[in-house]
Order: sequence, then C-alpha cells, then structure tokens
Amino acid sequence: MSGLAFLIPVALLLGLGGLAAFLWSLGAGQYDDMDGAALRILIDEDGVSVPAAMTSATGREPGL
Amino acid sequence: MTVAIAHSEFALPGVRCAGCIAKIERGLAPMAGVRAARVNMTTRRVAIDHAPDLTPDQLRAALAGIGFEAQPIAAAAAAAATEDAGESRALIRAMAVAGFAAMNIMLLSVSVWSGASGATRDLFHWLSALIAMPTVAYAGRPFFASAWAAVRRGRTNMDVPISIGVILATALSLFETVTGGPHAYFDGAVSLLFFLLVGRVLDSVMRDRARAGVAALLRETAPGGAVELADGQTAWRRADEITPDMTLIVAAGERLAADGIVLRGDSRLDMSLITGESRPEPVAPASRVVAGTLNIDAPLAIRVTAAGEATTIAGIARLMDAAGQGRSRYVRIADRAARLYAPAVHLLALLSFAGWMIVGAGWHDALLVAVAVLIITCPCALGLAVPAAQIVAAGALMKRGVLIKDGSALERLAEADCVRLDKTGTLTLGRPTPVGALPLKGEERPVALALARASTHPVARALAIELQRAGVIAATLDDVRETPGLGVEGRVVGGGVGGLIARLGRTEWVGLGVAAHDGLETGFRLGEDAPKRLCFADRLRDDAAATVAGMKALGMDVGILSGDRGEAVRPVAAALGLTAQVRMRPEDKLAAIDRLKLAGHHVLMIGDGLNDGPALAAGHVSLAPASASDVGQTAADAVFMGDSLAPTLIAVRAARATRRIVGQNFVLAIGYNALAVPLAILGHVTPLVAAIAMSSSSLIVVANALRLRSCAR
Repeated sequence: MSGLAFLIPVALLLGLGGLAAFLWSLGAGQYDDMDGAALRILIDEDGVSVPAAMTSATGREPGL
Repeated sequence: MTVAIAHSEFALPGVRCAGCIAKIERGLAPMAGVRAARVNMTTRRVAIDHAPDLTPDQLRAALAGIGFEAQPIAAAAAAAATEDAGESRALIRAMAVAGFAAMNIMLLSVSVWSGASGATRDLFHWLSALIAMPTVAYAGRPFFASAWAAVRRGRTNMDVPISIGVILATALSLFETVTGGPHAYFDGAVSLLFFLLVGRVLDSVMRDRARAGVAALLRETAPGGAVELADGQTAWRRADEITPDMTLIVAAGERLAADGIVLRGDSRLDMSLITGESRPEPVAPASRVVAGTLNIDAPLAIRVTAAGEATTIAGIARLMDAAGQGRSRYVRIADRAARLYAPAVHLLALLSFAGWMIVGAGWHDALLVAVAVLIITCPCALGLAVPAAQIVAAGALMKRGVLIKDGSALERLAEADCVRLDKTGTLTLGRPTPVGALPLKGEERPVALALARASTHPVARALAIELQRAGVIAATLDDVRETPGLGVEGRVVGGGVGGLIARLGRTEWVGLGVAAHDGLETGFRLGEDAPKRLCFADRLRDDAAATVAGMKALGMDVGILSGDRGEAVRPVAAALGLTAQVRMRPEDKLAAIDRLKLAGHHVLMIGDGLNDGPALAAGHVSLAPASASDVGQTAADAVFMGDSLAPTLIAVRAARATRRIVGQNFVLAIGYNALAVPLAILGHVTPLVAAIAMSSSSLIVVANALRLRSCAR
C-alpha cells in the first residue's frame, strides 16, 4: 500500500502534465495546419526566418 | 508600442508542396509593408500581416508575380472562421479533459474489475470520484447547456438523455462510493462524455460558416467612388455616403459604387457580376448603369439615381437573404434520429426501474439497473456515427479541392436529384484564355508580359497570367502609358530589343484590322515587326462534358440557367448536350429553382456570380467555384478549386457514399443497442461490461467511417 500511496499521485501528476502540455500546444496554434507542418521540414533554411507569430484575423496576438 | 496592422487572407488553390510554401513566404517577406506571411497548407490559404496602406489588390499582384493565383477571402468570412475556431477549441479542451480523466479512471477501474475489494476498492472509487466530479462539471457543459435549453422549451433532443444519463450515473456512483458499494460507473460516465465530445469536435470542425455578412460583402465589391463636388473638384466618398443626383466619376478599371445614368463618356462595362453576361456591354451618355459593374475602357461621369440600400445589387442581396431562410429549416439526420431515440431511451429506463420495483427489488437496485440502461443505450456510437463519416468524407474531398462548409451540406448533397448550372464562370472558366498557342516570339514575350501587367483590362490580365504560367520573366520598360480605350505602350530598356516602342491593345491601334468579334482580341507590336493578333475566349472548364455525363449517369436531371445571351449559351449547351434557359435575371433564376422545388425536386445549384446568389441560397444545396465572387462563395455550401468541373461530380459521389456509410453506422449502433439493452434490463451489466460495450461499439463505427477515405477518387 505504501507503494501505491506514492505511485498513484505520480501517475495522476504525469497525466495532468500531459493534459497541460496538450492544452498549451492547442493554444499555441500547433494544430492549425497539420499538412503544412509535414511539408515544412523539407524547406531548406538558408538564413531566411519563417515568421513565428502571426496575428489572427481578429488582430490579437496568439499565445501568451 | 503597437503599429496598426491589417490582416488579409487569400485562397491559394495552386499551393501543392513545400517548395510552394517557401516560394510564397520568402517572396512576400521582403516586400515593403509586409510584416509576416504564413501559408496554411490545410486550408490552402495564406495569411498576411501588412501595413494598412497595402491594398488587397497589391498583395494579389505580388502573389501573381511569385506565380500563384490568389483569391481574396472576405474579412467577414475570415472573422467568422476565427469565431468558429474558438468554439472548436473550447470543445477540444473539454475533449482533452474528458480523455485524460477517462484514461486515469479506467486505470483505477481495472484493479477494481480484477478483484480489488474492501479498503482498496473504496480508495480507488474515491480517487475515481475525485477525478470524475470536476471532469463531468467541466466537460459536460456543452451537453448540459443544450439539454437545458431544449427542456426549457418543452422539447427534447439527443443531449437530454445524455445529460440525464451522465448526471444520474455520477450521482449514483458517488452514493455507492460513500456507502462502500461494489459498483461505481464513474469510468462509464466519463468515457461516454469523451466519445461524445469526439463526435462534437468532429462536427464543429465542419461547422456552418456564418451566412450573415452578405451586406458587408457587397460593400467590398465597391467600397466607394470619386464624387464631383460643386466647385469641379472630386472627392472620395464611401458607398453609403453617396446620395442620388450626385455625379460619380468612375475611372477605367473601377467598379461603380451606385446605380445611375451616364452623363459623359463612352466605355464598356463588365456586367458579369450582375448578369453573368460575358461580353462587355457598351455604354454611352443616357445609358442606365448599375452598381457593382466594372468600367473597362474609359472614364465615365454618372448621375446617381440610386445608392446604398436602393441599388439593384442590394436588392439582389435582400433576395438572397430571404431565399436562404428556407435552408436553415433543414433538419439534420442525427437530430431526426434523436427525435425518436430520446423518448424511447427514457421510456426504457423508466420501465426497467418500475419493473424491478414491482418484482420487489429495492429502490437502490432498481435505480442501478435504470442507470445501467441509460449508460448502455447512451448514443455514443450514434453520436459518432454521423460526424465521423462526414469528417472523413470532407477530408477526402478537401484533398481533391472541394471545401465543404458544414455537415448538413453533405447530407443535402446526397439528396440532390437535379442540377442547375450557371454558364459564365461555372461551366466556363469565367476569364479569357488564349485560343490556341500565343503567336509571340521569344524576345516578344517578356515585353508583352511587362505591358500586360501595367493594365487592369481583363484581356491584359489574362495574357499576364498565361505568360507567367509559362515562366516568362517580365522585361524592364520605360515611359509606360495606358491610353484608356486603346491600350498600353512603353519603351523597352536593355536586352536585344532595347529602345524599341512596344504596344499592346486595340487591334487597329497596333496596326491590324478591326477586331472580328466580341472584343476579346488584342494586338501586340514590338518596334516595326509585324503586329500579332492575340485571340482570347472564355472556354469551357476541363472535364465539363465528362462531368455533365457523369451527373446524368447518376440519374440527375441537368440543365443550364444563364443570364447570358442565347447565342453565347448555345455553343456551350450544344457541346454538353443540355437544355438551357437564357437571359435570366437573378429573380428569374430564383423562380426557376422554386418551381423545381414545388415539383418535389432537390436542386443542386452550381454558380459563381452575384446573379446566382439568390439561386445558390434557394437551392437545396449549392456549389461555387473558388473563383466566384465573395457573394457566391458565401451563399454556397461548398467551394471547389481549380479549373476543372470534375470536383462537383466527385462531391456528389462522395456525398452519396457518405450517406451509405452513415446508414450502416446507424444500423451498427442500433444493432448494438438491441443486443445490449436486454442485458442491462436483466441487471447483468456491471461497469466492466458497460465499458467494453461502449468502447467497442464506438470503435466499430469509427472504423466503418474510415472506409470513406477513398470516397473522393
């Protein structure tokens, strides 16, 4: 039982950590363009920076 | 510190690969005034943050320069999409929470099922309760809200049995936990929420876009115009500030902002937005002209007779709004199923409760059985049956260039038995394309491209697009001058032909004979070389004949409704073997659709222009090409991309395949219920059985829906 008392909270915390990570990635717009993400790895980066933050159509900054 | 930033989005039907993404983003980034550009491959759009003084037309020209045709997306539509995305996100969050909770409670439940007893079982039940209570409160909100709204109006929907089932199951399980009982259904209640939320998320991804904002779209066709003031000066006025009897000065290449009568000037107007007429209409003093048409050749002065809400174009918008009312009354298949389903489930649960009470079981056991019945019949598979099939079909269609706006569009598309097509821009490309190969020599091409880019004339634009597609790089020109009504000329700088004067325009202006037909001819001359005659025509879309034949093979009745003249429609109708009604005003098209409706037909309307707007809104279901006016795109249920008509037939076939799969899913879900309900009523359904039955039925339904992945071949 003493093992359980330690392991159950750990399991729940790990699960909550995963949930928090998912919600963050959702908010950061990582699921907005699944097809594009698959293709972008093929683009050669020769010193051109791809814009990181875009304002949404409502004009507010995403994330943060 | 914040700088004012405008945000524009464009549809890019031509984006296909990583190379395209890089080309566009890197091509736009160095442009003055562009702050950021990002291509979204999933929606085939590019979003651009830019300085407010960059107009959409300039951005469009820049994209054309990179080699991509772009269609601006109305701000209203973009904002609606963002709003939808917000709603989807709230649902995804609820789904994530429910998913996390379901997994953890299942883990705890496994030990209970495998025989944990006494203190351990109670501890695990308590832990489950700890996770389940907040989860049900948070993730259940979408269902509770909609169920409460239905109950308050004295109606019932799918969400009522779901809410009652979940709340009852949770409350009863809590009671079991407190009293140390053997069966807690926390896992069932939470995983039920999870499966249902998956269905909701899928459905909301296909959410109906706001159909409002037609008026806003109309404002975008002509935001305003130059008005002559009393002292002979001109000043820019917004469309809603223009009043009758003002004098409007319309430059060549500008859209009219109000209806009126021509005072001065001779020009030709592109009426296609209003009438679908492909040939420019010549106008002279005393001609009546309407807002939204495009002035092609020369400046006009117009005495305004109607402005704002009184214009012809605003009248068409009102017609469209009225026609669209009927479609919102369409009841989706899942809701129709719910009407039968919800009362049946409640009755069953109530009967089994009453039955066990009569047999002599305690209220506690009877309630347990009733809850088990509610959980086992809860429409998890039913809730997934429709959205899962529709999202897979919509995804498959998107890969073929058809964007379906909502799930009900697929259902209505499957019911269509009758097709009516507009001609200009739908059966044809709606833009001039060269007849045969361009008779231009190697050194003439860059010069022709540079001249064509300098003009807004539709034929010049068509020539520019054609040359860009062939990979021609524009030459550098000096002293470029556009003479309205004649053409463009300029002097070539550098290269082998430096210093020569080049002309592009009216055939007689460059030294050829008078144009043979509708003015879709232009002449080009470089220096003293022989002038070249370039013929253009609005040709049929690729696969138009095959598509029409395919629709007929599906047993659909196909016909043309065109606003164009009979002699322009006849060759098209003959080539496709269709009957056509010609010279139809927007209200005539609407009436034609209404007559078919009265005869009991479900009409699929395919059209692009404002003149099709009311018919698109009135049709049982409607499609528009991506090149359509904003109005057309707003009124249509789905938009298809590219120069081919084939996607329309693919969409119809996919919709019918979806209907078949949805039917199978219903049979599967109901069949499962028919098997499981007797077990529940007899009291054999423990939490373990409920969990297995629920998960397996949902998985079967989803697996069946996945067969639709190839429906758009």
